[in-house]
Amino acid sequence: MTDTAPQAEPAQAAGPAASVTMPIAKALNSALREAMRADEKVLLMGEDIGPLGGVFRVTDGLHAEFGEHRVLDTPLAESGIIGTAIGLAMRGYRPVVEIQFDGFVYPGFDQIVSQLAKMTARHRGTVSMPVVIRIPYGGHIGAIEHHQESPEAYFAHTAGLRVVSPSTANDAHWMLRQAIESDDPVIFLEPKSKYWSKGEVLVEPAPGMGGTAGMHRAVVAHPGTDVTLIGHGAMVHVLLQAAQIAEREGTSCEVIDLRSLSPIDWETLVDSARRTGRVVVAQEAPGHVSVGSEVAATIAERAFYSLEAPVLRVSGFDAPFPAAQLEDIYLPDADRVLDAVDRALAY
Amino acid sequence: MTHPSVTGAATATEPIRLLDAEGSLVESDANAPWHELAAQLSTDDRLAMHGEMVRTRRFDVEAGHLQRQGKLGLWVPSIGQEGGQVGAAWAAREQDTIFPSYREHLIALHRGVAMDQIIDTFRGARHGGWDPLETRGMRIYSLVIATHALHSTGYAMGIRLDGACATGDAQRDEAVMAFYGDGAASQGDASEGLVFATSYEAPIVFFVQNNKWAISVPSTRQSRSPLHERARGFGLDAAWIDGNDPLASFAVTRRMLDAARQGAPGYIEADTYRMGAHTTSDDPTRYRTRDEEESWRRRDPIARLAAHLREQGVAEAALAEQEQEAADLASDLRRRTLEAGTAASDDIFDHVYSEPHPLMTEQKRRLAEFEASFGGDA
Repeated sequence: MTDTAPQAEPAQAAGPAASVTMPIAKALNSALREAMRADEKVLLMGEDIGPLGGVFRVTDGLHAEFGEHRVLDTPLAESGIIGTAIGLAMRGYRPVVEIQFDGFVYPGFDQIVSQLAKMTARHRGTVSMPVVIRIPYGGHIGAIEHHQESPEAYFAHTAGLRVVSPSTANDAHWMLRQAIESDDPVIFLEPKSKYWSKGEVLVEPAPGMGGTAGMHRAVVAHPGTDVTLIGHGAMVHVLLQAAQIAEREGTSCEVIDLRSLSPIDWETLVDSARRTGRVVVAQEAPGHVSVGSEVAATIAERAFYSLEAPVLRVSGFDAPFPAAQLEDIYLPDADRVLDAVDRALAY
Repeated sequence: MTHPSVTGAATATEPIRLLDAEGSLVESDANAPWHELAAQLSTDDRLAMHGEMVRTRRFDVEAGHLQRQGKLGLWVPSIGQEGGQVGAAWAAREQDTIFPSYREHLIALHRGVAMDQIIDTFRGARHGGWDPLETRGMRIYSLVIATHALHSTGYAMGIRLDGACATGDAQRDEAVMAFYGDGAASQGDASEGLVFATSYEAPIVFFVQNNKWAISVPSTRQSRSPLHERARGFGLDAAWIDGNDPLASFAVTRRMLDAARQGAPGYIEADTYRMGAHTTSDDPTRYRTRDEEESWRRRDPIARLAAHLREQGVAEAALAEQEQEAADLASDLRRRTLEAGTAASDDIFDHVYSEPHPLMTEQKRRLAEFEASFGGDA
């Protein structure tokens, strides 16, 4: 797919390495850098992404390397950013837009849902929309209102968009590069509470994980036999923690990292559900009409005769994201996941 | 309508007008440079412009009939607005890109869109009627009001990034023209378009047809200050023209587009009137008076240019020939529309994504199986 390896800073020890260790934010940064080096049509747009490097520093150093014509510090107007990104895509550019925080994407919602998502269909395929919209999302950062939301269901519900969310540094790097290489619009949800979590980034995608198809695959993050735990983004880390605790109590949990929320890799999910017979799906987002709802419904439909218990959902409450002091109560933790595991086992 | 200025700031009282309602040239010192630009249009050019207006009017009337007979779901008439449109169409250069709203039938036809392609959108055969790569830079209609003010601005930003403007060569430098109306001017996207256009010195002209009515709401509700003055506040050069005067529209648009292609975005407010309904679902008798409509009927852009052509010595037969040709085209269009086929169900799935997508593949297959389950007679 590509012959340029992720760059860590400072450079790693000499000699070819199979992987490089870096935090998620750096993995995203190197993905942007490599994509921009590989294709001069790739340009970045967003608020404060220039000399400042973005409020999370994901675009750090890119303005210096590529200049103001490829790293556009834009006026403070989300609809304007996304609407002009659409026009730039019509002109042959591949804009990668940074939305500063999850709760600030809504001023651009119409441009995403009515324009970006539908433009290719409206043109019967003669116009492509290779636009990536990066959105730092989710809680656990103790911030004020509008800075901790999980808006993925709005986008997953919209035909014409691809919606993905990495949970590891390796996925952050390669999925972003795949999103940029895709000719379709991709909503790229970054688990901001994990920006500084380090991980190995492979110098090339793992076998079978390349291209758009690879971007949309779910993976087994931890194998198990008794209960399947499904989640995406930062929630995957909670599920891994829950699996570890459950293991000590004698329950073997398989953790599946969804990675892609639209489309969803049903084969991997249904295969696991058929093996374990018990499924818990967890997310930070409110549960009502959510990604978790779709996962539960489809697994019930496709793995019905293998299930020993209904698919159980663990989610943020169906209330607005609360003030930061209450976020640990609002957001599902390992205990709430394990409570659902216990309930699944009790059927 | 406006309060007197306490600072003494002057507001223009009349739009730029080169041809009055009777079709006579309006000569003045201020108009001299505009007349000089309009002189690029020969009498033959002006006759051709008249022909385009007549064809568009006839097309519009025929489409309205087809809607009333149930062949179109909806029609959006442009009757009364052909004058500003024909001037702008002729002012654009071949390399320019046009982002229309949905009432720019004359511009579309001028750039080579087929009448049938416009009709296809309104008879429900497809959303976007044509491929913009095949219509000399004419993009497809845009229905969510003012959203394309941003697409056009972004496209113009791309022209600048490409280095395809601001070289000083008007024959090669590219520019963009975006069309919207007085109602759209209230949308946030319209304002954001002005912000981005000036910030990035995008080669774009916003051609705003103030046709006085956003469905039933008068333009005075959209803005108490003239729209072109609002644009100046954003840092654009702005002009106010008689939107029913093809010559003023040509001259001012040509100049502003040529300034835009050197990096100075512009804004034109064209003073016009939507003679017909907003769409075939609308009933203007509920919100405006016959007197008002009649006053604008006397300013009809087609009659105005015809009077000018007669004054220039164009034979009556030449004008009559254009009417006949337009009637023939409309009659052919009627026949083709009645014979036109319906869309295939594959259209639901085939172009949602540029790359393969499992949901589309699966749901298309399921629909085919469902349809096949009824057997061959279904």
